[in-house]
Amino acid sequence: MSNKDAYWNKTKNHMIVTLVLWAFFSLVIFMFGSELNTMSFLGYPLAYYMTAQGSLLAFVVMLFWTANKQEKIDEEHGFSEREDD
Amino acid sequence: MKGGFVKNLPKVYGLYTGGFAVFILIMAIAEQAGVSAKNIGVMFVAFTVLIYAFIGYLSRTVQVDAYYVAGRQVPTVFNGMATAADWMSGASFVALAGGVYFGGYTYMAFLVGWTGGYVLVATLLAPYLRKFGCYTVPDFIGTRYGGNLVRACSVFVLFIASFTYVTAQINATGTIASRALGIPFELGVWVGLISILICSMLGGMRAVTWTQVAQYIVLIIAYLIPVFWISSKVGGGVFPHLMLGDEVARLGELEQQFGLVKNSAADMKAAGVPGGLKYISGPHSGVPEGGMAVWKYLSLAICMMVGTASLPHILMRYFTTPSVKAARKSVAWSLFFIFLLYSSAPMLATLSKLALMDPNLPTGIIGKSISEVQNIQWVQNWSAVKQVFIADFNGDGILQLNEWFMRGDVVVLATPEVAGLPFVISGLVFAGGMAAAMSTADGLVLAISNALSHDIYYKIVNPKADTAKRLIVARVLLVIIGAAGAYIASFRLTSILGSVAWAFDFAMSGLFFPLVLGVWWKRATRQGAIAGIMAGILSGWAYLLWVYPKFSMAIWGVVNEPWLGIDHLRFGMIGAPVCLVTMVVVSLMTKEPDAATQAMVDATRVPTGKAVLGKQH
Repeated sequence: MSNKDAYWNKTKNHMIVTLVLWAFFSLVIFMFGSELNTMSFLGYPLAYYMTAQGSLLAFVVMLFWTANKQEKIDEEHGFSEREDD
Repeated sequence: MKGGFVKNLPKVYGLYTGGFAVFILIMAIAEQAGVSAKNIGVMFVAFTVLIYAFIGYLSRTVQVDAYYVAGRQVPTVFNGMATAADWMSGASFVALAGGVYFGGYTYMAFLVGWTGGYVLVATLLAPYLRKFGCYTVPDFIGTRYGGNLVRACSVFVLFIASFTYVTAQINATGTIASRALGIPFELGVWVGLISILICSMLGGMRAVTWTQVAQYIVLIIAYLIPVFWISSKVGGGVFPHLMLGDEVARLGELEQQFGLVKNSAADMKAAGVPGGLKYISGPHSGVPEGGMAVWKYLSLAICMMVGTASLPHILMRYFTTPSVKAARKSVAWSLFFIFLLYSSAPMLATLSKLALMDPNLPTGIIGKSISEVQNIQWVQNWSAVKQVFIADFNGDGILQLNEWFMRGDVVVLATPEVAGLPFVISGLVFAGGMAAAMSTADGLVLAISNALSHDIYYKIVNPKADTAKRLIVARVLLVIIGAAGAYIASFRLTSILGSVAWAFDFAMSGLFFPLVLGVWWKRATRQGAIAGIMAGILSGWAYLLWVYPKFSMAIWGVVNEPWLGIDHLRFGMIGAPVCLVTMVVVSLMTKEPDAATQAMVDATRVPTGKAVLGKQH
C-alpha cells in the first residue's frame, strides 16, 4: 500500500470516528429525550441542558480535537504543510 | 497595507473594540445628560454602519484573488469570527431567543442543527475544498465533474438557496433600520441594502471579511452584555449559563399553575390577534411524548445540519485561509464564536420568560389584571407598533398565559427595557441586530454574484474576459442581486424563520451529496452529478409546493397532510435522499471518470502539493 493510500485510510477512519461522535451528540441522545430529562445536570433537566448547551459544547471540543488529530496524521505521513505555504 | 495589515490584525481589532467600548460609554453619558432614546438608537446604528463602510472602502481591490478569496491570507481565528458573523443572521440575533421562548425544547432542535452542521463542514468538506483552490462552490463542482452543464446546475441550486436566504436578511436589516432610525419599513430596506453594498462592492471577499470581523465584535458584545446584566438584575446569577437550573424548574411549576392552553384559530381571529404574534403553548424544558415528536426533532436537526454543510456562503469562507490546516482549525474557531451566542439564547429566553410569567417578580404580568398590565409603559410602546397584543378570551379581566401575544423578536429587543436596563443597552442591541443581518446579507449577496460572475460569465459566457472586465461584471451583478433582494423583501412574503429554514433545505437537496461525493467517491461521474443535483432540487421543491398550505392552496386548492411529519421546514428530507440515490445509480450506470479526474481527486485529498486550480484562474 502506498503512503498516499495509507494516509487516506487513516483519514477515512478518523472521519468515521468523528461522525460517530457527531451522531451520538446530535441524534442518538435526543432519541431518549424523555428518559434523559428525568436526570439532572447543573440543576437543569439533562435533555434540556444538552440541546441548549451540552451538545453545542461537545461539537466545539470535537472540532478542535479532530483538527489536531488530523494534523498528527498529516505529519506522520509527511503531508504536513509548511507554515508559510 | 497588505502584509503589514495581516500581522497587525490583533492590534487593529483590539483598538476597534476599545473604541466601540468608549462609544458605548459616551452614549451612556449622553443618555444621563438627557439625549432622547430615539437619538441614541440612531447614533448607534449610524456610527457602526459608517465604520463598516470605512473598512469596506479601505479594503478595495483590483486583484481577482483578493476579490474572490481575500487573497487567501485570512488568519484562522479572524476567519472564525468572520464566519460566525457570516453565519449568525438577523434571524439568529433577533429571533432565536424568541423561538426558544415560544417553542421551548422542540425549537432547540435548531440550536443543535445550526451548530452540529459544522462537524460535517470540518470533516467532509472545508479542508478539501480549500486544497482544491476553487473561487466558488460551483467552481469545485464544475471542475471536479467537468463541463458547463454541471457547473450551471450547481449555480442554479446556489442561486435558489442563497436568494431565499438573502431576502430574509435584507428584510431583517430593513426592520432594524426602520425601528432604530424611525423610518418606514420600505425605506429601511433600501437603507439596509445601501449599507450592505458599501461594505462589499469595492473589495469583494476581502472587504466582506474585514467588515464581518468588525460586525462580529459588535454583535457579540450587543448580545452578551444584556444577557449577563439582566441575569444579575433579576437574580439569575452572574453567570447565567451555569446557574439557571432553578429558574428552568420554576418555569415548569408556573406552566403547571397557569396551564398550557391551546387557542383555536377561530378565537384568535375573532379577537383580532395581529399576524406573526405568538403565545406560549408548549413546555419550556419538558420533552414532548411520543415517537412522532422525537422524529420531528431529529428530522429538523438533520435538515439544519446537512443544510449548514451545503450553504455556499459558509463553505466559501474557508477558501480564504492560508492553508488546509488553517481551514480545519478555522471551522473549530467559527463554531466556538457561534457557540458564545447560541448558548446564550436559551438563557435569555429563560430569563425573559420568567420575568413575564413569575407573579412574584415586579416585572411579572401573567396572572395580573389586564387593565393594570395595559398601563405599563413598555406594553404600551410595543402594543402601539402591534408587537404585543392582549386578548381576554375568558373575559375574567385577568391576563392568562394563552391571552398574551408577542412577536418573537420582542424577546431580544424589549427584554432590556422590561428588566429596567438603561436605553443605551437597547441602542446597543439595535446595532448588534443590524451587524448580524448585514454581515449575513453581505456574505450571501457576494456568494450569488461571485457564482454568476465567475462561473457563468467568465467560465461559460466569456472565458477571454480580462481582469478589469471580470471585476466590473462582478460588481454590477452584486448591485443587481442586492437590489432584486431588497425589492422582493419589501413585499414581506413570509416570516424571517420560515424562509431561512427553506434555504437550508434547498441547499441540502441539491448540493450536499454532489460536494461530498466529489471528494469521497472517485466513481462519481458528471452524468451522476447532473442527474443528482436536478432530481434533488426539483423533488424537494415539488414537495415544498405540495406540503406548504399557501402554495398547495394556490395550485391545487387543497391542504395536504405532511407525509411522515415532513413539513415545509423539513423538505430537504425528501430532496437529499432523492439526490443521493439518483447520483449513485446514474454514476454506476455511466463510464468511470477518466484518469485525469481521478488524479484530481487524489490531489484534493492531501494537504500538500499543488492545488488543482491555480492561484489566479
